[in-house]
Amino acid sequence: MAKRVLLGAAAVLLAIAAAYAAFFVAPEERTMGVLQRIFYFHVSCAWAGLTAFSVGFLGNLLYVWKRGEKYDWLGVSCAEVGVVFTTVVLISGPIWAKPAWGIYWTWDARLTSTFILWLLYISYLLLRTLIEEPDRRALLSALFGIFAFIDVPIVFGAIRWWRTQHPAPVIMGGPNSGLAPGMRGTFFFAVFAMHILMWFLIVERYSLEKMRNDVELLRQEAEAT
Amino acid sequence: MGLLSNAAALLGKEVRTEFRSRELLSTTIVFVLIVVVLFSFTFDPTTNESHRFGPGLLWLAFLFAASLMLQPCFLREQANDTLSALRLAVSDPFAIFLAKIAANTLFLFMTELLMLPVFAAFFNVSFRGQLPGILLTFFLGSLGISVAGTALAAISAQARMRELLLPLLLLPLLAPILVASTEVTVSLMAPEPFMQWKGIGFLAVFDVVFLTALWLFGEYLLEE
Amino acid sequence: MAAAAESSIGLRFEKVDKRYGAVYALRNLTLAIAPGECVALAGRNGSGKTTLLRIASCLTRPTRGTLSFSGVIENQNPRAGFVAHASMVYDELTAQENLLFFAKLLAVANRQQRVDSLLREVGLGERKDSLVRTFSRGMRQRVAIARALLADPPLLLFDEPATGLDSEATMWLTGHLAKLRDSGCTILMSLHGESDVVRLATRALRLDAGSVVADTRSGATFQSVFSFAGG
Repeated sequence: MAKRVLLGAAAVLLAIAAAYAAFFVAPEERTMGVLQRIFYFHVSCAWAGLTAFSVGFLGNLLYVWKRGEKYDWLGVSCAEVGVVFTTVVLISGPIWAKPAWGIYWTWDARLTSTFILWLLYISYLLLRTLIEEPDRRALLSALFGIFAFIDVPIVFGAIRWWRTQHPAPVIMGGPNSGLAPGMRGTFFFAVFAMHILMWFLIVERYSLEKMRNDVELLRQEAEAT
Repeated sequence: MGLLSNAAALLGKEVRTEFRSRELLSTTIVFVLIVVVLFSFTFDPTTNESHRFGPGLLWLAFLFAASLMLQPCFLREQANDTLSALRLAVSDPFAIFLAKIAANTLFLFMTELLMLPVFAAFFNVSFRGQLPGILLTFFLGSLGISVAGTALAAISAQARMRELLLPLLLLPLLAPILVASTEVTVSLMAPEPFMQWKGIGFLAVFDVVFLTALWLFGEYLLEE
Repeated sequence: MAAAAESSIGLRFEKVDKRYGAVYALRNLTLAIAPGECVALAGRNGSGKTTLLRIASCLTRPTRGTLSFSGVIENQNPRAGFVAHASMVYDELTAQENLLFFAKLLAVANRQQRVDSLLREVGLGERKDSLVRTFSRGMRQRVAIARALLADPPLLLFDEPATGLDSEATMWLTGHLAKLRDSGCTILMSLHGESDVVRLATRALRLDAGSVVADTRSGATFQSVFSFAGG
């Protein structure tokens, strides 16, 4: 319990520190000014979201193999947290893009795959609400999670091959397109902070799921007597 | 009895049953026709640009139709619990999937073939000399739709709201098929047609990846 | 007492649980069934009889615990003949088509002959070319029984097999099962109360809330095992 409080405190502090760094420490970008600072959160949330989904994918595989309910709890926690982070990405992107590039959205590889990823995991969560029996729900959602995850690189490949040829501004040059040294530090710090936040949220969600399960078991025992 | 012979026997039964009533094929064909007609109202197909967005609409129509057509595939087996009988009778549960995928691919492919002349007429595109290429594209696209669709139909059959759930799960998953198939079809129907082999390769890769995933995990989809 | 043939199989349930969400259909069930035994299962609705049969058929996996088979078995799955509540045959095919189809999957030798003779035995010779959709409950049950018997399985599982059968069909069933029992087939059947079919059994068990509460092997009488039955 103490560990969780510590993790929570660390996550909040780091997030605040990252925000501070993003607004006050990082140098102002030449062309886009203050607006560009969204980029630190936008990209770090995207990476955290992907990490969450990847861990969730492992949880799904482990569930199908070992059938331990803890893997199901991990799967749903990662999916929910991943969806939250991805939602932030999908909202912050257009907010940045409109003033910077004049358009809210474009169908390039990254954006499209992100959107489809988001849709797939929303479907994963919806599927779970439509199956009552816990073991069935765990197994079927794990299997869908596996199919969804292997689809994402394929979606990315398809859009990359066929859509990025269309004339469209490359949104978010990407962290590898020459970040100034001052920015790089802030950027990686933001990534780190978002990952800690992600980890904290997954742990909390997992504990919630475990508690629900414990309550259910207690209820059954009470009914049996 | 081996995997392939079991699958063949099952496929025979699926096809025989369907051709007896023809209910699945007829409703699917009419549905695709309706969608294509509606698309033609909405997007004027007489412009010069129609050969560029037409194929996209056509594949969208196929996708929508498939997400409805694939639903009965496992629901039919629930009526008298014949799925249990199949599981008891076959040596490898993958045979059940292979047969259903083959049947669904066949029905989809037949629907698409029938729609091709209609589409060509409405959208004023020609596919002179490109027929082999178009057939190959239709086949690989249908196979991909069927593989993913049959797997997800096994999932949705065990959930509530299954009629809405299958399209919900399937359509995002099939985004790559939509893009790739459309692009290849566009090139084949262009004023100067050419074959996009990378698109064909891509479709084949999708088909293989998901077929493999289904081979690895299929038995769990049918588990109780 | 029937002599078990060399090809008879036995079953062993070891601490089997089957849970459906909050409900335990089977709870810590440990049970050994000897090769060639003919076991009658008694119990109220919801006592776990159907679940036990479905696990024995390998259609359902236990949540915990194991089921193992003794005897010559491929992949620990004896491909049992199962007659359940549902008919497990296709409404849109004829009785003959159904049986030929399953016979093909099961690689039954001389399919046509086997199907013809089974259809005659269950009394459906006249209706073999009618769609199962047109059949009554009793007729569907007979097709289901024929389907279960197709491949001469070493294990037969019946969930209330006499349901919907008239006295003539029940007599045929009893006689046929007696023959199978005597040739070493292991049979498990869940029954609702005493009936002609019960007399076939070499052993009877009572299930309640997912566990065995009475067993003729441990001294209970057939009478006592079935005493609350019919509920």
